[in-house]
Amino acid sequence: MSDKSTDAYWKANVRIITICMVIWALVSFGFGIVLRPLIAGIPVGGTDLGFWFAQQGSMLTFIALVFYYRSYMNKLDKEFGVEE
Amino acid sequence: MDQFVINLIFVGGSFALYIGIAIWARAGTTADFYAASRGVNPVVNGAATAADWMSAASFISMAGLIAAVGYGNSTYLMGWTGGYVILALLLAPYLRKFGRFTVPDFIGDRFYSQTARLVAVISLLVMSITYVIGQMTGAAVAFSRFLEVDSTTGLFIASAVVFCYAVLGGMKGITYTQLAQYCVLIVAYTIPAVFISLQLTGNPLPQLGLFSTHTATGQPLLQTLNEVLMELGFNDYTGNHGSTFNMVLFTLSLMIGTAGLPHVIIRFFTVPKVADARTSAGWALVFIALLYTVAPAVGAMARLNIITTLYPEGVQGEPLAFDNKPDWMLNWERTGLLRFEDKNGDGLIQYYNEANPPARAVEEGWEGNEMVLFNNDILVLANPEIANLPGWVIGLIAAGGLAAALSTAAGLLLAISSAVSHDLIKSMINPGISEKGELLAARISMAFAIALATYLGLNPPGFAAQVVALAFGLAAASLFPAIMMGIFSKKMNSTGAIAGMIVGLGSTVLYIFTYLGWFFIPGTNMLPNTPDNWLFGISPLSFGAVGAMLNFIAAFIVMKMSAPVPTEIEELVESIRVPKGAGAAVDH
Repeated sequence: MSDKSTDAYWKANVRIITICMVIWALVSFGFGIVLRPLIAGIPVGGTDLGFWFAQQGSMLTFIALVFYYRSYMNKLDKEFGVEE
Repeated sequence: MDQFVINLIFVGGSFALYIGIAIWARAGTTADFYAASRGVNPVVNGAATAADWMSAASFISMAGLIAAVGYGNSTYLMGWTGGYVILALLLAPYLRKFGRFTVPDFIGDRFYSQTARLVAVISLLVMSITYVIGQMTGAAVAFSRFLEVDSTTGLFIASAVVFCYAVLGGMKGITYTQLAQYCVLIVAYTIPAVFISLQLTGNPLPQLGLFSTHTATGQPLLQTLNEVLMELGFNDYTGNHGSTFNMVLFTLSLMIGTAGLPHVIIRFFTVPKVADARTSAGWALVFIALLYTVAPAVGAMARLNIITTLYPEGVQGEPLAFDNKPDWMLNWERTGLLRFEDKNGDGLIQYYNEANPPARAVEEGWEGNEMVLFNNDILVLANPEIANLPGWVIGLIAAGGLAAALSTAAGLLLAISSAVSHDLIKSMINPGISEKGELLAARISMAFAIALATYLGLNPPGFAAQVVALAFGLAAASLFPAIMMGIFSKKMNSTGAIAGMIVGLGSTVLYIFTYLGWFFIPGTNMLPNTPDNWLFGISPLSFGAVGAMLNFIAAFIVMKMSAPVPTEIEELVESIRVPKGAGAAVDH
């Protein structure tokens, strides 16, 4: 594998990591804590959406993120021929 | 059947299973002992990681912590699961590719420095040993309550069982017992939660029950809970009553602390391929979330149940009489974790917030909150009794609590013994040691680690609770940044990394000791531990994230001023960034 394609592979990886980490921060620190007052108008079972994100929604999003990253990277590995 | 006999059957049965597995999965080589020969199925490793990670604190304490505060303690839920996203995306696949056995192994080789290795070993030992004390004392509490042995005997039984599978099987034995322990603990946690959710909301899934209608009042469960709590002068359950800034920092500290814990990281060394490490992290999170999404439901529902028990006619009605206390209260009073006191001598238990008493407190001559002690740890353990569930559910909870404590203890003990036998003995003191010699050294260090953990469990330092905060702070401020820079920055050199670790470690320890006392000795703190004294309002528990920041900054400044990384290290970093060629275990 040439240096050029190693660089491209790594850039693509860092890009997808950044996107996933932005979502990671948005659902937990964002919707769950700091942005909770902004979405307080949306009711969820006796409380508001921010509470749901803090006690359930963020965890479900985390699972989705890890599995999404996994399948994205498995494809990327094949594309660049670096899979095992 | 007598409750004691039922508990004995459940606990004894689960222990027999663990020992059976230990005999089946003996370790023959150091690769077996340190990394189960990298042959573990990623889903199995996910379950083992979940058991490894979910400690006595997760199983016994977490729901109680959430119940006590409500929304404010969501930090534990987000922090302790969010760390797995960091592990899966930023650390695990690359460390698996690197293909060694321990975390100091990576730090020592990547930063081509024995000093870096030593700093990593020291951080690892401090955090893992403090953590293991909590597991041993947790196991002792479960033994003394459910098996009516004194906690010393309980501790010896627990140590003997761990000794069997950890010394014999190393990582291989631990992996398969952790799988069994995961099954035991998740069943034990879920069954009472399903019953309680059915009782309160008619919905069998606690995750949905939490946001459903409370059958008795016909309005949402959380709304009922809020009303009942405010009626007694407490804060509402779903509101934010703390500092948002500290909530963010504390959550971040827990997240990066989780990602930097060596006993969790080494679990990802056991799978065959880099892609499996990614898969495994996903499954670990699924298995953890199965418990972590149930915990907030258990917390809210148990809190409501307890208030309903204390106010059988509703919060405006007459409180429960001392003479009518249910059996579970009597049982738990005997452990010293629950205490009542009839302050106004009227024979009724008034439970309310003294700091903000409701109007009726004055009118009816209440003289203080009469449930004077309710230890958070009771909540999960007493849950089946509070909800009047059958005796076998109580037996299951006993076995589950022990499974949670012992599985984490085993993982920690392995991290400790491999740091001693592999990083200290093999890499630093005696590189010429034979394979057999190293395996023997690993077993002996494991035995020593168990003896030390048992001793500390018998004589727990009074400050055990604070020390756990220190463990997370250290993991967040020392190991996590070093590992991350080792992967994501090709230019990071040894002096930079060492300076970073020392600054991160030093600042975190200093900040915690300033407010909690030097070595946690009461009275030696230099500033009172109250929000007005905290630097920029940062709680000592949340400082790990700041320590990590300082680590990164110091590392980059020192890196700019010192010699660049050798070419072969840049090549090493390039090679760990691609999955190809991970293969079998590499030894040096």
